Amino acid sequence: MNQQPQNDLTRQGVVLTTVEDLYNWGRKNSLWPLQFGLACCAIEMIAASMARFDIARFGAEVFRPSPRQADLMIVSGTITKKMAPQVVRLFNQMPEPKYVIAMGSCAISGGPFRDGYNVLQGIDLYLPVDIYIPGCPPRPEALLEGLIHLQQKIAGQRLTGPERPRHLDANAPGEFPVPEFGPHDLVGPRLHEDA
Amino acid sequence: MHPYLFLAIFCLAALVFALAPLAIAWLWARFFSPRKPGAVKNANYECGLDAQPTGWVQFKFEYYLYGIIFLIFDVETMFLLPFAAAFKGLSVAACFAMLLFVLLLAEGLAWAWARGILALK
Repeated sequence: MNQQPQNDLTRQGVVLTTVEDLYNWGRKNSLWPLQFGLACCAIEMIAASMARFDIARFGAEVFRPSPRQADLMIVSGTITKKMAPQVVRLFNQMPEPKYVIAMGSCAISGGPFRDGYNVLQGIDLYLPVDIYIPGCPPRPEALLEGLIHLQQKIAGQRLTGPERPRHLDANAPGEFPVPEFGPHDLVGPRLHEDA
Repeated sequence: MHPYLFLAIFCLAALVFALAPLAIAWLWARFFSPRKPGAVKNANYECGLDAQPTGWVQFKFEYYLYGIIFLIFDVETMFLLPFAAAFKGLSVAACFAMLLFVLLLAEGLAWAWARGILALK
């Protein structure tokens, strides 16, 4: 349908949409994050969920304590190598469609602890990160902006075709390899090699 | 037309109202959203840790003995106290009924004693 009659209908109070838009509209406005914090960024995440910043305005206030009910993993803080397998396992236990926000320098790259012997150099080594939010820690507004960007990303996802997202593609992986403890470091396949 | 027909129609509408979203969700999952089960996804939720040990533990059913002994001592006390408090005003029949009840519990105690459950090991 071309644009003009749709506008006429809109002026009459009739809304036309596609299944794809309706589906994405529903999904992007009901992202349920996993109730899970790693370090100081988690404090900002908690602040974002409280009255002053109120993440509920964007439909993402339902922090679920079980990965079975969560859509969004906010990796908020430093990921130690001891914690990395648990983070990946929790992500694997979430149902599709699922998204990852890397919140703060540590989750993106290891941040100030990048050269530490016990800190993972970014969660994107093991998880498919959708949104990176820089900051140390990012303020709650930054988290909200990251959430809005994620919503825009979801709104643009196609239902069919070769560019459809992972959760609609039967051949795309639903689980990501969980790293294991080796003698000196985490061992196991990574999504990319660190520079 | 039957006077209660409209109730049947309402019931049917209510059923459709409840089942239609479930059916749509089921159809949607069937046609668009492929299932992706996996070993980690289907594992027990243990805060991201591997579940250990296995859930298949042997449960000692001998605990029923403790249950019986608890019943004998605890329930007996619970009933004996009001019995003693109201003893003066009771009729002979009520006394006999209570003694019969105590006898039943004492029987259980005798049984437990004879089986050697009361002995500390």
